[in-house]
Amino acid sequence: MNDITPYIVLSSILFTIGSVGVLTRRNAIVVFMCVELMLNACNLALVAFARQHGDLEGQVAAFFVMVVAAAEVVVGLAIIMTIFRTRRSASVDDASLLKY
Amino acid sequence: MLLFTADGHAIPVVDPVGSGDAGGVFGLLWLVIALPLLGATILLLGGRRTDAWGHWLGTATAVGSFVLSLLVFIGMLGREEGERAVVQHLWDWVAVGDYTVGLDLLVDPLSVLFLLLITGVGSLIHVYSIGYMEHDPRRRRFFAYLNLFVAAMLMLVLSENYLGLFLGWEGVGLASYLLIGFWQHKPSAAAAAKKAFVINRVGDIGMSLALAMFFVTFGSASFTVISANASGASEGALTAIGFLLLLGACGKSAQVPLQAWLLDAMEGPTPVSALIHAATMVTAGVYLVVRSNFVFELAPAAQTAVVVVATVTLLWGAVIGCAKDDIKKALAGSTMSQIGYMMLAAGLGVYGYAFAIFHLITHGFFKANMFLGAGSVMHGMNDDVDMRRYGALRKAMPVTFATFAMGYLAIIGFPGFSGFWSKDKIIETALVENPIAGVCALLGAGVTGFYMTRLMLMTFFGEKRWKDDVHPHESPSLMTGPLVALAALSVLGGVLYLGHWITDWLSPVVGEIPEHELPVPAIVFSIVTVAVVAVGVAAAWFLVGKREIPTTPPSDVSFVTKAARADIYGDAINEGLVVEPGRRLTGALLTFDRTVVDGTFTTGASVTGGIGQGLRRVQTGYVRSYALSVLGGVLLVLVALAVVNL
Repeated sequence: MNDITPYIVLSSILFTIGSVGVLTRRNAIVVFMCVELMLNACNLALVAFARQHGDLEGQVAAFFVMVVAAAEVVVGLAIIMTIFRTRRSASVDDASLLKY
Repeated sequence: MLLFTADGHAIPVVDPVGSGDAGGVFGLLWLVIALPLLGATILLLGGRRTDAWGHWLGTATAVGSFVLSLLVFIGMLGREEGERAVVQHLWDWVAVGDYTVGLDLLVDPLSVLFLLLITGVGSLIHVYSIGYMEHDPRRRRFFAYLNLFVAAMLMLVLSENYLGLFLGWEGVGLASYLLIGFWQHKPSAAAAAKKAFVINRVGDIGMSLALAMFFVTFGSASFTVISANASGASEGALTAIGFLLLLGACGKSAQVPLQAWLLDAMEGPTPVSALIHAATMVTAGVYLVVRSNFVFELAPAAQTAVVVVATVTLLWGAVIGCAKDDIKKALAGSTMSQIGYMMLAAGLGVYGYAFAIFHLITHGFFKANMFLGAGSVMHGMNDDVDMRRYGALRKAMPVTFATFAMGYLAIIGFPGFSGFWSKDKIIETALVENPIAGVCALLGAGVTGFYMTRLMLMTFFGEKRWKDDVHPHESPSLMTGPLVALAALSVLGGVLYLGHWITDWLSPVVGEIPEHELPVPAIVFSIVTVAVVAVGVAAAWFLVGKREIPTTPPSDVSFVTKAARADIYGDAINEGLVVEPGRRLTGALLTFDRTVVDGTFTTGASVTGGIGQGLRRVQTGYVRSYALSVLGGVLLVLVALAVVNL
């Protein structure tokens, strides 16, 4: 009765969009949002599977992901802000000083 | 108890009584060594505070040792022949399980003669050095080393086992190093000291291996134990020990092939040369062979080797002595030659041991006399050693000349002088026992007559060839006093053989001299020897005395003279046979180490480094490329999981 296939398909589409966004976009904010998109795709899959199995483990895991994502936003945005202030650019390709 | 050899000779075994039974002065035996050792310690630790009186302390300890030795000798004279060997146990030195080596002192008729020679001649040299080193700022240190030298030599001759002997042996090596290089600011002196030290270490390889062989074969290093069990040991082991001991003796006594250090050792202050050549150091090898008679008697091959080495050395040294213009080097060549005579006598076994010691003692007298005399001459000639710049010194330095002349007559074996009695007996014994060596010894006596006469003529007779700023004068009485004493001993040393005293005295240690048939009366040998010496002296008179002596050595000389001037190429032989191959070997090893060993590791390291350099390029700094590689990694893992699960 619980056909979760549409949810998984949606989750996969969202994850793919997110990962393509991370790989192709240069704007740090957009990249960041794409990362969030991937996390939420995962959350959707977790919740869907939890629903299918009828237990709460997946849902709990989704909560954890949200908490971590929230914390990550705080740190990530602060880093992006600082980079923008010093370099006047939000492009991830410009922040490439730490290399060989 | 006697030890019988294959050809029926009897050697007494070492069988001492304890000093508890002996009592009296024998209980003070340890003091003989301790006194000079204490002197050296005080002078070295006391530093500059002892500068003012250090030389008197050093001399006092040596004289104190001599007085004690004299008391021991007198005590021994009063004892039965069989009870003259006394051992004093000081403490257990090495104790491993039931295996102990004690620090034991043995005094017997042999070592007591050495005690008297070392401390007696040593004391005279100490007194002389007070005058000779008067203007040297480091005189106190010099006396500390002299005391150390004497103490080490006393340890060498007093030890009851080979381990203690080895201790003294090494001490002598150390002290000689310190003294030869005493004027260390001269590079030549420093090099000579190092050379003596290194060549002595080669001999010490033999000594330490012999010591190890003693422990393996007899389980002990004690003379008493070894001599009692020597007949039970295999001849192979004894021959090996004999050859190893001979190697050690060659190093210390400057015998061929380890002779090269002795001539360079003249870089030290002259009293040191006297000490090395007369009382300490070079006599140690002869002592070793005579002391180890129980080994050599049972190892005829080793004994023959001793004779061969000795014969070669006595001619080698004599030839060198003929061509040297440096007065000290001429005397050094003569020492080599005379030690060769002693070794020859020691190599002749029971027939010769006593004569070896007899010649050692008389040689100690006249060689110390002549070295100190040479020092006195140098003192008057502004430390010039070139005899070509001497001449006509007999008027300027009458005491030195008179005493030197006594030594000269003694060494060439002028009838009645000490050297006549001792050398004559060696030549006679050698001619009977080993005619080839005997003829060589006879020849050597003639050559001795030549080079000593040449030395006398160039130094004391003829025309003045002095440098302009030289004003020869007689040395102070502190220096001439010992010269007079030693000159008297050089003349009178022969009394030791009066009524065969010395051979009888030594017979409890080295055995009775067996009767041997003389093909002609003994007097004939003496006449022949004196005649040969006279030929040598006459040759020197015609070749040196009657000619003008050029102040620069002539270069149009025979190849023999050239060879002798270059120490018969001893250094060149060492250079070619040992030093150069050694240098090549270390060079090859160094190249091997640098290319193969180091190469393996440096190549490995540079390959790893190169890979690292390449991999660095992966770190581009672009976040998106990292993200791509993470994605790629995830995909790989997923594919792998899928493959595994299928």
